Amino acid sequence: MTNPSSSSPLPLDVTDLTVAYHEKPVLWDVDCVVPEGTLLAIVGPNGAGKSTFIKASLGLIPTAAGRIKIFGKPYASQRKRVGYVPQRESVDWDFPTHALDVVTMGRYGHLGWFMRPGKTEREMAMDALEKVGMAEFAQRQISQLSGGQQQRVFLARALVQDADLYFMDEPFSGVDAATERSIIQLLQELRFKGKTVIVVHHDLQTLKEYFDWCMLLNVRRIALGPVDEVLTKENLHRAYGGRAAFLRS
Amino acid sequence: MIFDIILIACIVAAACSMPGVFLVLRRLSLQSDAISHSVLFGIVISFFLVKNFHSPLLMIGAAATGVLTVMLSELLLKTKLVKEDASIGLVFPALFSIGVILISKYAGDIHLDVDAVLTGEIALAPFDRFVVGGVDLGPRSAWSMGLIALINLLLLLGFFKELKLSTFDAGLAASLGFRPHLLHYGLMIMVSITAVGAFDSVGSILVVALMIAPAATAYLLTDSLALMILLSMGIGITSAAVGVLLAFSLDTSISGTMAVVCGMFFAIALFFSPRYGMISKWLIARDRKWIFACYTLCVHLLHHEGTPEEEEESHVRHLQDDLKWEPKYAQKVVASGIRNGLLLKTGNHLHLTPLGKETVRSLMNRG
Amino acid sequence: MIDFDYTLTTVVLGGALVGLLSGVFGVYALLRKQSLLGDTISHAALPGIALVFLLLRVKHPLALTLGAMAAGWLGTMIMPAVVNRSRIKLDTIIAVVLAVFFGFGLALLSVIQKLPTANQAGLTKFLYGNASTMLRQDVHVMAAFTLISVCAVLLFWKEFKIATFDADYARSLGLPVRWLDMLLFSLIVVAITVGLQTVGVVLMSAMLVAPAAAARQWTNRMEIMALLSALFGMGASISGALLSSSITHLPTGPATVCIITLFFLISILFAPNRGLLWRWIRRRSHHGEITQARLLEELYWLEQNHEPGSHYHEIRSLQAVNRERIDRYLDTLTQQGWTERSGAGGIRLTSAGLKQVKTAHAEMEGKERL
Repeated sequence: MTNPSSSSPLPLDVTDLTVAYHEKPVLWDVDCVVPEGTLLAIVGPNGAGKSTFIKASLGLIPTAAGRIKIFGKPYASQRKRVGYVPQRESVDWDFPTHALDVVTMGRYGHLGWFMRPGKTEREMAMDALEKVGMAEFAQRQISQLSGGQQQRVFLARALVQDADLYFMDEPFSGVDAATERSIIQLLQELRFKGKTVIVVHHDLQTLKEYFDWCMLLNVRRIALGPVDEVLTKENLHRAYGGRAAFLRS
Repeated sequence: MIFDIILIACIVAAACSMPGVFLVLRRLSLQSDAISHSVLFGIVISFFLVKNFHSPLLMIGAAATGVLTVMLSELLLKTKLVKEDASIGLVFPALFSIGVILISKYAGDIHLDVDAVLTGEIALAPFDRFVVGGVDLGPRSAWSMGLIALINLLLLLGFFKELKLSTFDAGLAASLGFRPHLLHYGLMIMVSITAVGAFDSVGSILVVALMIAPAATAYLLTDSLALMILLSMGIGITSAAVGVLLAFSLDTSISGTMAVVCGMFFAIALFFSPRYGMISKWLIARDRKWIFACYTLCVHLLHHEGTPEEEEESHVRHLQDDLKWEPKYAQKVVASGIRNGLLLKTGNHLHLTPLGKETVRSLMNRG
Repeated sequence: MIDFDYTLTTVVLGGALVGLLSGVFGVYALLRKQSLLGDTISHAALPGIALVFLLLRVKHPLALTLGAMAAGWLGTMIMPAVVNRSRIKLDTIIAVVLAVFFGFGLALLSVIQKLPTANQAGLTKFLYGNASTMLRQDVHVMAAFTLISVCAVLLFWKEFKIATFDADYARSLGLPVRWLDMLLFSLIVVAITVGLQTVGVVLMSAMLVAPAAAARQWTNRMEIMALLSALFGMGASISGALLSSSITHLPTGPATVCIITLFFLISILFAPNRGLLWRWIRRRSHHGEITQARLLEELYWLEQNHEPGSHYHEIRSLQAVNRERIDRYLDTLTQQGWTERSGAGGIRLTSAGLKQVKTAHAEMEGKERL
């Protein structure tokens, strides 16, 4: 395989991943190798399997075929090195809890059974909230936050996991321009610290500005690599059909 | 007498099956549970007003309570403080409780037994005769339930097109000028009136069984709305008749036995329905799983054809290492691929046949 | 009632346990949007009770409860299995399981009633609940189950919480969400079967929904919500049990449900912040604030577009508020020192008012930038 002979194993190494839903392919024979310290965007049309790719990588859905390695090992043994930001719509925001409490959940994996989050966890959560500019909303009930603020809370929850590899499912959806900019700044900071960040993204316009790498996906992997190399007319046409023509102008 | 009971049960089942079909299709099955309970409140209140169990006012009261239940639930939902499940679960128990309390406090005035609210008293129904001018025309509840069934049938025929459209495409129905909301409430009134009519013969829970189970059984058997209505009517009537006979031979509660028979028909359809049964679904899924695995392998081979790593990717061992397939499973997939003429195996390497390539390409283009 | 004290303490203890359990587990049912499952579980439990009695011919509280649990559990396990493997939707299978299991239970009960030896009188209590027939040994069984369930909730509090709030995320952390769901589900079944004794099969679902829905109104913290819900549940079921054992012909279940529904109504209307009354008041005052801001804005605009300075504008020309109510709003503005009025129906912004408008503008811009 394309596994380079680097000393440290790759953050994400997916081989021949096939995922089917009711025997209909959602992802077909997708390979994806991501080097350390990359800020990677997964782009593709609706129903291309972008979220599915992330969920399969995290072992949240069964795969029909394929091998997934996180830092050289199966996901189950590497959970503490992986952070996850699910789609904002995936939870009920009327849940009786506040921002700090949600962020604290990021430590549950480290805490283990029967242990309760204590002072250390709360401090870590506060720090994370501070990083995303949400410290003053720590005690706010989560339904009283705006879409962008909710997204920041989710981001803080992933930060508090203190991972080396982050999966983020549409962190920019329903977010205002300022929040989008501060989120991308944060992601770039993570990248500079050597972390690997994989983001489901929608906007082809900002791709080049925000990300180093990009994977074009439409059930099959169309292309993977540095953004400039991937965003060719031919690749876009293969991913989006005729619809992408106007996007490149 | 047993004939009279079977007759009443069949009429009740027929009347229930008509609104039942739409409840099932519109995913409102639980409204039958809610309404069949809360109409008790309407019955009791109306009874206090008119002091007569055979007054048509009882029907109006019941229909009003049915609508009240639905409206209160929607009102709660509109506050956005509770979710849909809770909004239903908060309203009908309260109304039902008030009904039960009133009955048990004024048991002397109301000839309704608290137990009978749940089980009905179909065994006693034949004793209440409908006599006109000295001529015995049969049990009264057969007539009243027959009337309700007739009304349901007329409504169904009259609004068939509207009901069908608003059930399958509420948006389109609204844009065509139908009033989905009006139809919704119309349906709820139909459910309420049917529930009241059926109340004293089969009780509140069994109304749910007769409305939902036959319709759900029919739903497993057909895709046509008209056929579904006919089937669910037929299944309902058969369940009722079989239930009564069985109850007599086993000496058990008639309404309870009817519900069990309804459940048995449902279970049979659930397992053995040719198209939508669990067994045929399982068989189809199993076949498709193998075909899909075959295709997965073909796609994989095509993907790497002519690339430098083809040598390695096409190796049989690769299926275990990178596709993460168990050796046995991989063997089976390869065998089925070869059998179907999609693959060739030379040594330990797999190749696509021209047919295999063709198949995969056409699959890709479709996807 | 031979021994009033004995009955009374039994009733109070039993009621408290039932309320506690259904209150706590109702919170999970409510937050998972599975409130109606309570209805199914309780109805499905009836044949279990009847079968155990038919087999053993005695009313052994532990055996009956276990029978109810097994049947309730079976009934609820059928539902996801059918929904995942056929075209039948969840609401339909809930209704079918509920009605068919209950019908089977009724058929079995009718057999029991015809047994010559049976002292079946105590079994109909499972339909509507009857607190006054509760025995001390019933309470012991209930207490044992309550203790186990409450311990489980305390031990798995954070796991249950995250599995309820965000199951996918919990899974990504490595929590066995399937098993947690199963455990939680079984605990809900336990809570319901314990409650059948006093509330009865038919109305048990309300005991699961109403205390939790009422508690949700008063707090935004799940911990406090569970405590409040347990308190509401206990309050309602103790008072329901007491009422029904002191008033003849008053079944416990309906009495309890009426009381807990009352709790819910009070909560949804009067709870601070989330309550409807509170909301209505806030909307009104919010409306007032907006109107005031619009008036200031209009005065500012007049000032900018006409001669600036000490010019009074005619009140009649203001359009932000209709004529009848304008005086009230202008009075408040003047009281706050933002406007001043001339005797002849004129009005203008003061310097404080001007500042107020400008801070409002700055705030707006800040919000847009954020």
